[in-house]
Amino acid sequence: MSTQPHITISNLTMAYGDLVIQQDLNFTVNRGDVFIIMGGSGCGKSTLLNHMIGLNRPKKGDVLYNGQSFWHASEQQRTKIMQRTGVLYQSGALFSSLTLSENIALPMAEFTSLSKSEIADLASYKLALVGLAGFEEYYPSEISGGMQKRAGLARAMALDPEILFFDEPSAGLDPVSARLLDDLILNLRDALGTTIVVVTHELASIFAIGTNSVFLDAVSKTMLATGNPNTLLAESKDATIIQFLTRGVGHAEAA
Amino acid sequence: MQKPNTETTPALSGAVTIEQVDAETAIVHFSGSWLLGADIKISDTLLADLAALPVSSQIQFKAIDLEGWDSRLATYILKLIDLGQKNSLQINVSELPEGVQGLLTLARAVPERAGDRRIEQQSSILASIGNVVVASIKDVKGLVQFIGEIVLAFFALLSGKARFRSVDIWLCLQEAGPSALPIVTLISLLVGLILAFVGALQLAKFGAQIYIADLVGLGALREMGALMTAVIMSGRTGAAYAAQLGTMNVNSEIDALKTMGISPIEFLVLPRMLALIVMLPLLCLYADFMGIIGGALVTISSFELSFAQYFHQIQRAIHLHDVGVGLVKSFVFAILIAIAGCMRGMQCGRSASAVGDAATSAVVNSIVYIVVADSILTLMFNYLKI
Repeated sequence: MSTQPHITISNLTMAYGDLVIQQDLNFTVNRGDVFIIMGGSGCGKSTLLNHMIGLNRPKKGDVLYNGQSFWHASEQQRTKIMQRTGVLYQSGALFSSLTLSENIALPMAEFTSLSKSEIADLASYKLALVGLAGFEEYYPSEISGGMQKRAGLARAMALDPEILFFDEPSAGLDPVSARLLDDLILNLRDALGTTIVVVTHELASIFAIGTNSVFLDAVSKTMLATGNPNTLLAESKDATIIQFLTRGVGHAEAA
Repeated sequence: MQKPNTETTPALSGAVTIEQVDAETAIVHFSGSWLLGADIKISDTLLADLAALPVSSQIQFKAIDLEGWDSRLATYILKLIDLGQKNSLQINVSELPEGVQGLLTLARAVPERAGDRRIEQQSSILASIGNVVVASIKDVKGLVQFIGEIVLAFFALLSGKARFRSVDIWLCLQEAGPSALPIVTLISLLVGLILAFVGALQLAKFGAQIYIADLVGLGALREMGALMTAVIMSGRTGAAYAAQLGTMNVNSEIDALKTMGISPIEFLVLPRMLALIVMLPLLCLYADFMGIIGGALVTISSFELSFAQYFHQIQRAIHLHDVGVGLVKSFVFAILIAIAGCMRGMQCGRSASAVGDAATSAVVNSIVYIVVADSILTLMFNYLKI
């Protein structure tokens, strides 16, 4: 495996019109990382994710996948890069007019030459992986929010992507389901070598699964630190980061 | 309306008064019930008295006779504190109940970030006109961009590279065609009927009832068939497209397609557009036929013409190119309805009201487009003598 970083964010500035959300972001995500994008509400975590998955064009700077420019590439190349990634949206974003099985089958039918029955088998397998065996013929509106999220994950994994993006995976899940989702993420990383990028502010998840992270700050509008969240907690001198990682308690009391 | 239990529960009431101790000290007394439903008596002179106090006077808030309170008290006290700070008064809240003090601190705990508050700006007429113009330019840009994307998608379709599910096309065809038959039948039959009736009353004065057939035949084929089906379909299918795509946008489904590497224009817009382009001319033909039948009903029942006479006259009056004119029009209308509906859906914002707005403007836009296009086409055919 190459030692090149899997994803490189280089000099990225994000803005909606004239309103700058974050500027001068520079960090790398290595192969096999569980990379956490964290920060307080409204600091631009989800916006950063949207820039990484091609939904928002950066004001300045670039995102590089395996050293290959994403935003300076042609439309076709971007599509090609995107096909090797999977995204789990906050709401699941399942296609409401399709059954769960059809949802998962869609990317496979579009981008592979597998036969219909093979695709159906694969879809059932992915559903079983996320604990939804037997729900193939259900429509997204017929299952609970947590199940929709897991089905969304099954769809994101449909093409066995190299990189999986998660937008607030544990939002709206009960603690046990959130924990199961964390375990699932780690399993995926270990079994398939998938690089995982998670937007979250769930402290339990951050420390349990994160191997690398970036901390965005809403006030200074840039990143304050990058690195393993546990190391950040132990070594960071920045008050904002420590406040965040200790739920506002601070170092003295936490220790 | 009579309030329940007015006799059994005495109305709650609270009061606030100000007591001037000396030139630079005052006490504000809160008493009674300060609840959302209570009747609060505020001393008329309170604000004036506070404002009249010299700079750095001491104000003491007291609540000795306070019976009950909720957010109403806290809000009022915050207002007084703000006023006091503006006049540089020293305010002491330490004698208020602890809960009230807690709420006051809480309300001030997270200060407003500069620039967070939205101030409703009263803009001048010129500025509003400018905003409207800027918004329209943006709208036109969006339309041009959307049309460009559709053209590219059609090229992809022709070269066999477009990605969509063929089952979607069948669903859209079903939705845009057979499902619309009942309403198209009803409307076009009635329009034919009305056309015949209005014309017949005039023509009968000259004894020229036979020409009702010409009127109905040409009217339905060249104009009314295409126009009425287009209006029906813009309200039925155009609005549905906008609402479907808008809801998919709200639910991030369109984002999901994009990140999967599937073009939402090819996957969602193309099948809908194709369905409408195929179905609207067919519906138009059907509407033409129903219009002629409608005319026949009136003519035969009220104006002493036989069925055979009517149809013989129709045959003489209309030509194949009249049918062609209607079909060309409905082909154009189909494209316009699909563009208006799909564009509004794709550009939809991310709220429930945005979906409603998208559906509304889809219908309004498509009807405007249809009528404008109809005028241009009619003029064109007239010049070309078709």
